[in-house]
Amino acid sequence: MTAREIAAAVRAGEHSAVAELDERLAAIDDRDGEIHAFNHVMIEEARTAAETVDRHVAAGEDPGPLAGVTVALKDNMCTRGVPTTCSSKILDGWCPPYDATVVQRLAAAGAVIVGKTNLDEFAMGSSTENSAFGATRNPHDTSRVPGGSSGGSAASVAAGFTSLALGSDTGGSVRLPAAACGLVGLKPTFGLVGRSGVIPLAHSLDTVGPLTRGVRDCALMLQAIAGHDAKDSASQQPRIPDYLAGIEDSITELRVGVPRHYLDGAMDEDVAKTFETAVQALKTLGPAAHEVRIEGIEMSNRVTTLLIAVEGAAVHSKWLESRAGDYGSQTLGRLMAGLFVPAEAYVRALEYRRRFLRQTLESLFRQVDLLLTPMWPFRLPTIEESDLGGNPGFAAMVTASGHYSRPFNLLGLPAITLPCGRCSRGLPLGLQLVGRPFEEALLLRAARAFERCLDLPADRPEISVWRSEL
Amino acid sequence: MSRISRDDVAHVARLARLELTDDELETFTDQLDAVLGHAADVEALDVAGVAPTAHPFPLTNVLRPDEPGATLDRAEVLAQAPSVEDDRFRVPPAMGEAP
Repeated sequence: MTAREIAAAVRAGEHSAVAELDERLAAIDDRDGEIHAFNHVMIEEARTAAETVDRHVAAGEDPGPLAGVTVALKDNMCTRGVPTTCSSKILDGWCPPYDATVVQRLAAAGAVIVGKTNLDEFAMGSSTENSAFGATRNPHDTSRVPGGSSGGSAASVAAGFTSLALGSDTGGSVRLPAAACGLVGLKPTFGLVGRSGVIPLAHSLDTVGPLTRGVRDCALMLQAIAGHDAKDSASQQPRIPDYLAGIEDSITELRVGVPRHYLDGAMDEDVAKTFETAVQALKTLGPAAHEVRIEGIEMSNRVTTLLIAVEGAAVHSKWLESRAGDYGSQTLGRLMAGLFVPAEAYVRALEYRRRFLRQTLESLFRQVDLLLTPMWPFRLPTIEESDLGGNPGFAAMVTASGHYSRPFNLLGLPAITLPCGRCSRGLPLGLQLVGRPFEEALLLRAARAFERCLDLPADRPEISVWRSEL
Repeated sequence: MSRISRDDVAHVARLARLELTDDELETFTDQLDAVLGHAADVEALDVAGVAPTAHPFPLTNVLRPDEPGATLDRAEVLAQAPSVEDDRFRVPPAMGEAP
């Protein structure tokens, strides 16, 4: 069942939140020893939340739009009285005294929060291998990484441990694992979803977004978390539309840009082949594919890497002084790099961002409504290949994996990934759609059109605990 | 050509009060060289006449209403600190001894 179906059944009293939770906990018990999606499963807290939902339903009260829907949280989101580690020894054992704004919103919507998921240490990485608590495995192929840094959240949804998950995306950390695990992942516009209580990586790039099995579940989850957060200085107050209303409408009138000059050469053959299916799908859907140039995009991945290093080092400077030995070597290397960047380079990077954004909004997004790109540029690495100790070239691979994701963190634009096929090894591949600021509704409508058109039932994860047949 | 030497890394590490082993110095020198390459690329960009921006969009200052609301539990917050005295955080002196 989809999250929408579960919430509808629970709200109608046809399904109980406790029964739903028990089924998921059994799946976790059965298979998470192998997958390692979770750092911490909140059995007691989840049961209390599920019982509360069932009690509301029994009393005829509104249990909320996500009633009884199970959710996993990336372990960089604060949960009151529950360990929040960022998969680092630095925070091991820490229990925050408050819930992150997004956690409060999900709880208020009736969601049942099941646990905290593994990530690359402090969200630095794209493999979820760079964790102080061990690697997460991709449920589609357990020899391979689930992508990252929100890899535990992606694995949880792909393995059927939870219906939904929340991740954070600073350079692709929601979209890359979503694509690697055959899911839908959304990086909202910078400022749409509050970040208070989410441990920062890079303040000018961090966003929080959903990982789900389908586009409509993504819209449902976004609805619950979007909106102003008084404790996040970057939070905005745009009008929040009903993201599910009109989601099935046609996209015939839209203009879709394909930036070939930036795509070609960076992706491998499998990705290129699958991406062409997406371009062909456009023809069925109506919009013409316009070949476009994104001026200035070539520098954007490097500039984003620089901003993450500098802003990350600023967050961590005190711990770097006193506890450098408690960081993993990959994390320490990237944070230290930020200490070496001249201030002038940082300011120039911000100037570049302004020019890049102005050109993109004032020129490119007048010619087209959306951009279409692939997501992961190459085959997913194995867990062994992701070990920086044994594979010194992996640091460059992390940067290369963000080729299609990072430019849009730098621009702050909303971007969504959804599955569009499988590679020759049977692993999921994703496409990405990018829109104008705060046009998530249009982005979701287009993603839903692709999802209908690319309808790939055989490509859905074949996980025994997933109950789509019920 | 390398933009940064092992001695440079050791020097900055000392300034940042980082203690690094010889092996770490070796590894980081290579990694840092790559990031400094990005910095050099960025410094070479022509961005004359463009004001820097720390956020991707023009942000408006949104203030919340000045109304008393629920606050965190004092005991729970103080329990987070390494040292507490009389319901307050105890911190090392920053300005020398009081007269």
